[in-house]
Amino acid sequence: MQFFLVMLVLCGATALMASPLIWRSGAAGGKGAEEAALEAAKEAKFREIRDAEHDLRTGKLSREDHQVLDAALRAEAIDLLRRLDAVRGGPAAT
Amino acid sequence: MTLGRACLFLALAIAPTGAIASLYGARAHRRDWVAVGRRSVYALAAVLTVAFIVLEAAFLRSDFSFRVVASHSSHATPPFYKAAAMWSSQEGSLLLWVWLLSLWSSLVLFLTRHRLRELAPYATAVLLGFATFFGALVVFLANPFQLLDPAPADGVGLQPLLRHPSMMIHPPMLYSGYTLFTIPFAFAVAALIARRTDAAWIRATRRFGLAAWCFLGIGILLGARWSWSELGWGGYWAWDPVENAALMPWLVGTAYLHSFMVQEKRGLLKAWNVSLVLGAGILAILGTFLVRSGILESIHAFGGSTLGKPFLGFIAVLVIGSVALVASRRDELRSPEARSYATLSRESIFLVNNLLLVGLCFVIFWGTFFPLISEAVTGNKASVGPPWFDRYTVPLAIALVFMAGLGPLMAWRKTTLAGARRSLQAPVTVALLVVVALLALGVPGRLPALALLAGTAFAIASVVQELWRGVALRRATTGEAPPAALVSVVRQNRRRYGGYVVHAGIALLFMGVAASSAFQHVRDARLVPGQTARIGGYDVRYVRATSRVAPEKVTLGAVLDVSRNGKHVTTVRTSRGYYPSTDPTAGPVGRYFDGDATTEVGLQAGLRRDIWTAVQPDIGAMQRMIDGIDRRFPLAQGDTQGFLLTAVAQRYAAAPPPAVFRLIVSPLVEWIWLGGIVLALGGLIAIWPPPAARRRRAPASSWAARLGRELSGA
Repeated sequence: MQFFLVMLVLCGATALMASPLIWRSGAAGGKGAEEAALEAAKEAKFREIRDAEHDLRTGKLSREDHQVLDAALRAEAIDLLRRLDAVRGGPAAT
Repeated sequence: MTLGRACLFLALAIAPTGAIASLYGARAHRRDWVAVGRRSVYALAAVLTVAFIVLEAAFLRSDFSFRVVASHSSHATPPFYKAAAMWSSQEGSLLLWVWLLSLWSSLVLFLTRHRLRELAPYATAVLLGFATFFGALVVFLANPFQLLDPAPADGVGLQPLLRHPSMMIHPPMLYSGYTLFTIPFAFAVAALIARRTDAAWIRATRRFGLAAWCFLGIGILLGARWSWSELGWGGYWAWDPVENAALMPWLVGTAYLHSFMVQEKRGLLKAWNVSLVLGAGILAILGTFLVRSGILESIHAFGGSTLGKPFLGFIAVLVIGSVALVASRRDELRSPEARSYATLSRESIFLVNNLLLVGLCFVIFWGTFFPLISEAVTGNKASVGPPWFDRYTVPLAIALVFMAGLGPLMAWRKTTLAGARRSLQAPVTVALLVVVALLALGVPGRLPALALLAGTAFAIASVVQELWRGVALRRATTGEAPPAALVSVVRQNRRRYGGYVVHAGIALLFMGVAASSAFQHVRDARLVPGQTARIGGYDVRYVRATSRVAPEKVTLGAVLDVSRNGKHVTTVRTSRGYYPSTDPTAGPVGRYFDGDATTEVGLQAGLRRDIWTAVQPDIGAMQRMIDGIDRRFPLAQGDTQGFLLTAVAQRYAAAPPPAVFRLIVSPLVEWIWLGGIVLALGGLIAIWPPPAARRRRAPASSWAARLGRELSGA
């Protein structure tokens, strides 16, 4: 019984590990490092824009400072969107 | 060969094979080999799960043919503790470690299977490298499936000190924390190898770092709770090496969870962040080493000392490798451009908080390893005690609590002076009012404690103010009722408000620490029934002695009546359990008083104060009686032995000799545990995934419009 179970675990583990070599998937799929980095930067930039908005509304940031900061952040965010679209080969805005 | 042992060998074969496949896949750009590496981690998790189940089943079935079961469990061990006895052993706890590692590794690699193509193979190799090391330990040095032939009829039983409910989950929590810290470590190494030091790897592993921090924090608090309610010395933190070993990666983890945000948003602190992640990972291994090697004396260490050299070798490889990797990638770790931030900004607060946390970690590291350092330098093993730790850690802790309050009040990049003044007004007022109230109530003016309590009031007030502001803004735009608005604002930004809740939890925890450390009353009193001792305004009367005989132990105890100004407050029962020694030369009764003994603390817990009592019966006064019985009945067993033990126990209850009691009245201790619950809740809020972003890829008429739509939809 023990031997049978050991063989079962051995065969199962081997099949699981070797499966990508036996049944090759044709799908390219998956994000490259460039796209992942841009995604992360975009999410962080969006969060920064929202945080600046929150800081303005809670009185931590003056309206003048927020205007300058928000314009800069939005410009950076648009740049990231452009670069993301270029990496993905997706639709471009005008 | 048993199934469990075969699974361990298989695991040891899978781990390096998978690591090599991953590295080959990364170098040769072969996605199929990268997939082999990832699936090796899944296979590793599967075979280790089988091994774990086999060993756990052996403990639950009391299968004493396994040496580890025979030496850590017995028929008399309650099922609840049988299930947990596995990780009281060296072998079982190492199996738990590598099993948890395989589970978390599988989870992160599954979640990132379509992302981070360049990093994942290297991270897989690093994670499998960890698994190879721990797999080798359980295969060659700490085999949990070693068999005994013939199997003994009964086992030795679980170490009595570990028979506490929190011990059931304390080690898995700590080990989950340690193993989860290897995930950001592995991805940081991968990012350095692949020269991709942007924020992508941080984004992919942030939740794992946060989960590591939460699990380790909960584990540390469970250990402290165990110490308070099970160990008879009357404290929850002793600056013990094993406690410190868990605290160090937690502190460094706290630092990087803050500084990550600066890199995510601003691209700053890359070298600092990667160093913190690597440091936390190495400290997590160091923590395991300290518990398992027995290199430093600890009340928490139940391991042997055979694993010291392999662990030291492994840690040396990690340290040297990490330093070399960071040094060789210094160009990639530079910020792409000079980006500044104002002195009055959240970035500055995070930087100060990071320096304080790392400073605190360094102090603890120095104090923990001072015995080894002093032995290496002078030849004498000298150690430093709690006063040394307190001298350096208390000022840093005070500053940290103030930072926990200050951070949420600051804006990113720049806070205007007027804005800062407006934000600080209420929290500063609350902190000052707390100090005045404490002084007015006659609380002794101990400066560090008052400063820490003022800091906690400041931090809690700042968090409450921020939550209030968020709710007020939400109500102004939606008109929601306050509770609904609170739920909405938290749901909208779980990271921010989860963090704020964590800050409140930390503040509550420090409030408990400050009050219980500075204002507790401790007294040791030798009493006979009828006598009373006074402590902290309470009268504690020794009402009567108690005794009980069970198969696994003899319990001698006391019933104490606590009153204040003549009014009954509570009745507490404390006892000491005596477990038989395995020494075959000891007599049938005497062996119970030569073995391990544990204290059952008599605890009346409350939000205002805990009344803590522990009894130390004077066994010496009964020694003549015990020796006499052992001489007359040296071979007594079974019912006869039970009868003799009962006679001794009844004699103790009927005519008890004076007993020594440790009595403690400690204010606000419960707030430490409540703070821990709040902290865990905050962590859970921050970890919880945000609502799925609504992806809109349709062309927009302008970039600004598209940005607006994505911002509102994401």
